[in-house]
Amino acid sequence: MTTVATQIKLTPEHNARPGASMRSRLQDALPKLVLAPSFAITVVFVYGFILWTVYLSFTNSKTFPSYAITGSRAYQRLWRWTFESDPPSSWYTSITNMGIFGFLYIFICLALGLFLAILLDQKIRGEGMLRPIYLYPMALSFIVTGVAWKWFLDPGLGLEQTLHQWGWTSFHFDWIKNKDFVIYTVVIAGVWQASGFIMAMFLAGLRGIDGEIMKAAQIDGATTFQLYRRIVIPLLRPVFLSAFIVLAHLAIKSYDLVVALTSGGPGGSAWLPSNFMYEYTFKRNEMAVGSASAVIMLMTITAIIVPYLYSELREKPR
Amino acid sequence: MLRKLLIGTALGSGLAFAAHAQDVKEVEMLHWWTSGGEAAALNVLKEDLSKQGFAWKDVPVAGGGGDAAMTALKAMVAAGNYPTASQMLGYTVLDYAAAGVMGDLTETAVKEGWDKSVPAALQKFSVYDGKWVAAPVNVHSVNWLWINKAVMDKIGGTEPKTFDDFIALLDKAKAAGVIPLALGGQNWQEATMFDSVVLSTGGPEFYKKAFNDLDEEQLKSDTMKKSFDNLAKLVTYVDPNFSGRDWNLATAMVIKGDALVQVMGDWAKGEFNAAKKTPGTDFLCYRFPGTDGSVVYNSDMFGMFDVPDDRKAAQAALATATLSKSFQSAFNVVKGSVPARTDVPDTDFDACGKKGMADLKAANEGGTLFGSLAQGYGAPPAVANAYKDVVSKFVHGQIKTSDEAVTQLVNAIEDAK
Repeated sequence: MTTVATQIKLTPEHNARPGASMRSRLQDALPKLVLAPSFAITVVFVYGFILWTVYLSFTNSKTFPSYAITGSRAYQRLWRWTFESDPPSSWYTSITNMGIFGFLYIFICLALGLFLAILLDQKIRGEGMLRPIYLYPMALSFIVTGVAWKWFLDPGLGLEQTLHQWGWTSFHFDWIKNKDFVIYTVVIAGVWQASGFIMAMFLAGLRGIDGEIMKAAQIDGATTFQLYRRIVIPLLRPVFLSAFIVLAHLAIKSYDLVVALTSGGPGGSAWLPSNFMYEYTFKRNEMAVGSASAVIMLMTITAIIVPYLYSELREKPR
Repeated sequence: MLRKLLIGTALGSGLAFAAHAQDVKEVEMLHWWTSGGEAAALNVLKEDLSKQGFAWKDVPVAGGGGDAAMTALKAMVAAGNYPTASQMLGYTVLDYAAAGVMGDLTETAVKEGWDKSVPAALQKFSVYDGKWVAAPVNVHSVNWLWINKAVMDKIGGTEPKTFDDFIALLDKAKAAGVIPLALGGQNWQEATMFDSVVLSTGGPEFYKKAFNDLDEEQLKSDTMKKSFDNLAKLVTYVDPNFSGRDWNLATAMVIKGDALVQVMGDWAKGEFNAAKKTPGTDFLCYRFPGTDGSVVYNSDMFGMFDVPDDRKAAQAALATATLSKSFQSAFNVVKGSVPARTDVPDTDFDACGKKGMADLKAANEGGTLFGSLAQGYGAPPAVANAYKDVVSKFVHGQIKTSDEAVTQLVNAIEDAK
């Protein structure tokens, strides 16, 4: 085996150019060759299907895709539903829920994650044990989280029932059964799951901050609050970016959590756009409307994420 | 040595080729009957076929209601990989038939005389363009009341014959401190109950025009408003914790005696059977008050796909076995439904099953056998789901009055058509 290897290695040196150029050409092409399959897969299965979805949204596809373009009826229907607030159309419910859920989920996760990370960063005893405890929920699937919280929040099974048995009979917490509050239970479960992970991200960021800077600030007489407010949090800016992107995509693709936790909520009041998309495409055989809603979701995400990424990443070269 | 090997290989491949040219003695079956009772029921068919020498290739996709299974089926069909048969519901069969992927069972159907034995209302879904494309397995009906007999005796109730009787009975239960009505607050359960309410309020003719023909005049009529008002009355008898509950948990409340009655299709009987309860002594089955004589049905079907010729014999055997009297009886006794043909002897069925079979026969002959809109046998899925939305939003208070509900119903159905 080794002899073969050496032979091959020797050949170009002793022999003429063609081999050498072959080899160097191969070397040049190698990264491209290795990347090509994954690049092709991404192009076809991500961007190709995005285009396909856009195309389908302009057809009248029902149960199966149909390829004749028939215009923007699907978008017109969604547009009309966007303003049907009383009684709320399913689409109206979905997008308002997305707003409520997305904002609260991202905001609370960031705030709670940062807070926990700062507390854990105080050189406390048993950190090695506490960290995994907070981090563990992230290892669960949304289905497990959803079912566990469904039981916990169910007034007839979980928290309320237990407290009633302990004697606090006036306690009342039926958000999960209430059409106006059910979306907040999704926020609770979602935050429980993700905030530990965000904490870990912030903790890593905190550990990366140079101790010298902190000492310098302390010598200059900064209070602890000022220290965090003026120095630590601004230094954590890249972590905020990563955490925001992780949370934003988790929020937008939350489908299973809603299904497992609320099975859609009373009268469909816990739907998110992803639930809407699945319902219309696969259950109601209105593939065009489902595709149109998926396209609108993509547009919305793009409108939020792209400017943010642009403003954050542009500063790097300076 | 070498020559021997060559001959052997040639023989081997020749044999393989010969075997390939013969019929494939295998049926590939996609279904979502994965829970205990359902799997046991399906096993009856599996054994029937294995006696005839057909292997059974199971493709179970779990998830009650079959949404996941239908998504899987869509992918299989799109890839050109048709199963021999798939469990399907109502309009799905017609959708696939319109897409031209279903097989043709007419030969078997003629030989077995399905035209006469299968109710005409079911043939609307199993026959497409004059060709048999599906074999119905069973008939479920949804306009049933399931009552705990011990609770009924305690409150001194009798069988309610009219809607007002029913309200009086629920009042009695309420006074006795039992939850009167066990309901799972999921849209399909609410809509399934509403099917019965509409039939009871407006009568068979009204139900057919409104929920099978989708006649707009009927949909926005005062009778429909009254139906919504009646639904609102019923909802006042449920416990505050009903929203989102699964149907079998609601049934369990009746089984345990926590609640008096559940309005549910006859699959609820499977739960009573599993809890070792006997009809007549432990629980009672009545038709929803005011709907006696009519049957609102849904039916499980085995849709038969356009498989290659070498698999057609296995498919025909599957279809024949599915609609054989012995299988229809054995399967439906376990499943809680009634046979999809009206000439099966009812000896093995319990009291509720016997009543169900007699009702089905009478309804078939009297023209009062209607598809359930909530269960996808009244209209295509887009319309049926729009209907479920409206009913559910009415039950949970997003839609506040029956006037508004009727307007919403008409708009939603118009929109979904």
